[in-house]
Amino acid sequence: MASQKFDVAVVGTGPGGYVAAIRCAQLGLSVATVEDDRPGGVCLNWGCIPTKALLRNAEIVSLFHRASEFGITLSGFRADYAAAIQRSRRVADRMAKGVEFLFRKNKITLFPGRGSLPSASVVEVAGATGTQTLEAKAVILATGSEPRSLPGIAIDEQRVISSNGAVRNERAPASLVIIGAGAVGVEFADVYASYGVQVTLLEALPRVLPVEDEEVSAHMAKTFTRRGITIRTGVMVRAVTVSQSGVTVEAGGERMQADLVLMAVGRAAKVEGLGLEALGVAVQRGFVKVSPSMETSVKGLYAIGDMAGPPLLAHKASAEGIVAAETIAGQRPGPVDYGNVPSCTYARPQVASIGMTEAAAKSNGREITVGRFPFTASGKAVALEETEGFVKVVADKATGEILGAHIVGPEATELIHEFAVGRTLEATLEEIIHTIHAHPTLSEAVLEATLGALGRSIHL
Amino acid sequence: METDKADIEMEAFGAGVLRKILIPAGERAPVGSLIGVIAEPDEDIGAVLAAAGSAAAALPRSEAPAVPRRPEPVAPGAVATRIAVVAPVGTGPSPERLRVSPLARKVAAQAGVDLRLVEGSGPGGRIVRRDVEEALKAGGAAAAAAPADAALRAVRPMAVPAAALPESEDIALTPIRAAIAKLMPRSKAPVPHFYVTSEVAMDRAWELRQELNALEGRPKISVNDLIVRACAIALLRHPGVNASFQGDVVRVYHRAHIGIAVALEDGLITPVLRDCESKSLAQIAVESKELAERARARKLKATELSGATFSISNLGMFDVAEFSAIINPPEGAILAVGSVRRVPVVSDQGLGVGRRLNLTLSCDHRVMDGAMGARFLQELKRLLEEPLRLLI
Repeated sequence: MASQKFDVAVVGTGPGGYVAAIRCAQLGLSVATVEDDRPGGVCLNWGCIPTKALLRNAEIVSLFHRASEFGITLSGFRADYAAAIQRSRRVADRMAKGVEFLFRKNKITLFPGRGSLPSASVVEVAGATGTQTLEAKAVILATGSEPRSLPGIAIDEQRVISSNGAVRNERAPASLVIIGAGAVGVEFADVYASYGVQVTLLEALPRVLPVEDEEVSAHMAKTFTRRGITIRTGVMVRAVTVSQSGVTVEAGGERMQADLVLMAVGRAAKVEGLGLEALGVAVQRGFVKVSPSMETSVKGLYAIGDMAGPPLLAHKASAEGIVAAETIAGQRPGPVDYGNVPSCTYARPQVASIGMTEAAAKSNGREITVGRFPFTASGKAVALEETEGFVKVVADKATGEILGAHIVGPEATELIHEFAVGRTLEATLEEIIHTIHAHPTLSEAVLEATLGALGRSIHL
Repeated sequence: METDKADIEMEAFGAGVLRKILIPAGERAPVGSLIGVIAEPDEDIGAVLAAAGSAAAALPRSEAPAVPRRPEPVAPGAVATRIAVVAPVGTGPSPERLRVSPLARKVAAQAGVDLRLVEGSGPGGRIVRRDVEEALKAGGAAAAAAPADAALRAVRPMAVPAAALPESEDIALTPIRAAIAKLMPRSKAPVPHFYVTSEVAMDRAWELRQELNALEGRPKISVNDLIVRACAIALLRHPGVNASFQGDVVRVYHRAHIGIAVALEDGLITPVLRDCESKSLAQIAVESKELAERARARKLKATELSGATFSISNLGMFDVAEFSAIINPPEGAILAVGSVRRVPVVSDQGLGVGRRLNLTLSCDHRVMDGAMGARFLQELKRLLEEPLRLLI
């Protein structure tokens, strides 16, 4: 069969690949996409989106538990975990259909199947009905990543599951050990604990959410502990033994029994099986090496998203996809600003941050000023009965440059963008302060923390 | 292409046959409009002509403002080139409308970087922090390179037979020359200058200066110091001259921060003597001497080079009768000072000899009008002709 010719072929249709494909189409290029799952990738199908649906369920369950605080008396209720999983699948299906619609709208051809590259400008798609060959002037690789495990411990998705298993598994276990207290581990701890699962959260580093600001980690640990989640930090997992009755985890000198183990120690780039080695594509520490315009060491071959290196975040993949697409179209886009990528954890309380932690800013040798504002002092948060957490701003003392912002609490993941826009525009503390914030809003906490950095908080 | 200053010959960018003349020779058309079509002999130019027709209809009948317009991309496959005369791209954003991020502005203020000299790399040429930091680094490098440059000139023989020299040579721009080259067109082109000249009788000022300089243990006062002092007083009385055009407002200053141009071997630098209005003649003398010395030694801090509200350029030492200076934006005016010359003067007593000085004020017409400039000069003249006023 003759090969089909396109300007661009995109392998992988996650938030990196599908965004790159749409941007290419907008710029007048003919685009083919290759996908061996549903369009949308891990993000839409198995990651970001379905877990947010589960976390919403968890939040509603917790509100039912708190009904009496609002003067609502319930004569019992039942939260069906299987129904929560089913709802999250419907949400994922709807979003994947949305991507399919966007492909049609932008006249992007979808080739279902596994892609591999016999040459830098040819993609072979092994689909259910045979193999198709695509020829493209430029190829964007966006194959993403998959959950990784610890050495010697196999993920069987039965007793030792990954997030892939967790979003499919309709039966909640009675007890669960989560290995890894990053965003994924913390979010699943929240979901399962809300449905009454006895959760133990293990972390090798000294604190939960180890990349976040220390105060944020401490707050999160305190809240989770109060909710009955067992936390063990600074512990190395020695062994995981699967038996008929469950799983035994040996860690930090303890032996823990649980129905299930959720492995959440991170993700590994999917760089195998594409033929990269034969093409001489440089790979560094498991990730494809790319230039600031996302080109690999092979001309005309681009790589974006998780496979192109950390941070492994959907929004970073999308930003890279746009850079790759515009470069291919002959534009000269500015490079992705990796110092300004928001990081979000959607547990209760939510956590969001951007830029440097206080410790990082200090170790950078800058003289800094820090502003904090607790949600207990926010009228809106009190009205919502969501007073958990705080907003923290780290700024350069001399210029007021916003070096970092850290939010834990209600809608933290939405609030962070005021700082994101501010940092992009190189706003300083003063510009935030001169911006009138509506009352009453949670965003006022952003204003107050910023005022606090100059010792001028009004409501504290 | 005809501009205010010159007729410029434009060469077509593409090759082909001149298929259609839309604007006949000798007629006028706004810059940027289609005047003809060059294409392959057999190429269909109907679409281009149709587009030209609608574009022409859209043009106002009167002279349209010369807007630089990029030629639109030609449809793939077509070779037809539109002859569009593109006006020379202007001198960039005028200094009053600098696009700067708040952070870049603060870093520049703290490091004393003149943002008008910084090239912006952000969206739309916006100056961001990185640009200021790079300008700082470049400035440091320039200062370090200067002594070596001067040493080189010192060992060069003074007189060289013409035959030993090439017919011409290209001398690389020193950073200061490059800065002047970049900055001055931003003043002269967009700022509508007008000039007011006045002759000042300097006899009494000259005498006063000699008396002051005869005092032991007191700083030596120069003619320029008298002029700085006079300007400081006059500026406060005529704040309309001590003003800056800010786009939608005129910013009037109530402090006289006076830039005093100092000639360097390879250029010119204008250190700023701040708050002249509250400084005595002696203070002005000491401080401006010290500023000028450090300017020549290139030891000025960047903060001492910005923030002037008015400038003085004095070429008196070169026996210059009078000249006019280019305004240093965003300042609204600059005073050009000639030599104090001994000239024949007619008085009631008959013909005598007097000391006369010509002052020329260059004014930004967006800020002030002729009468305002003239009144300021009148005040200066009065202060210098009755120089005791400079002491009180």
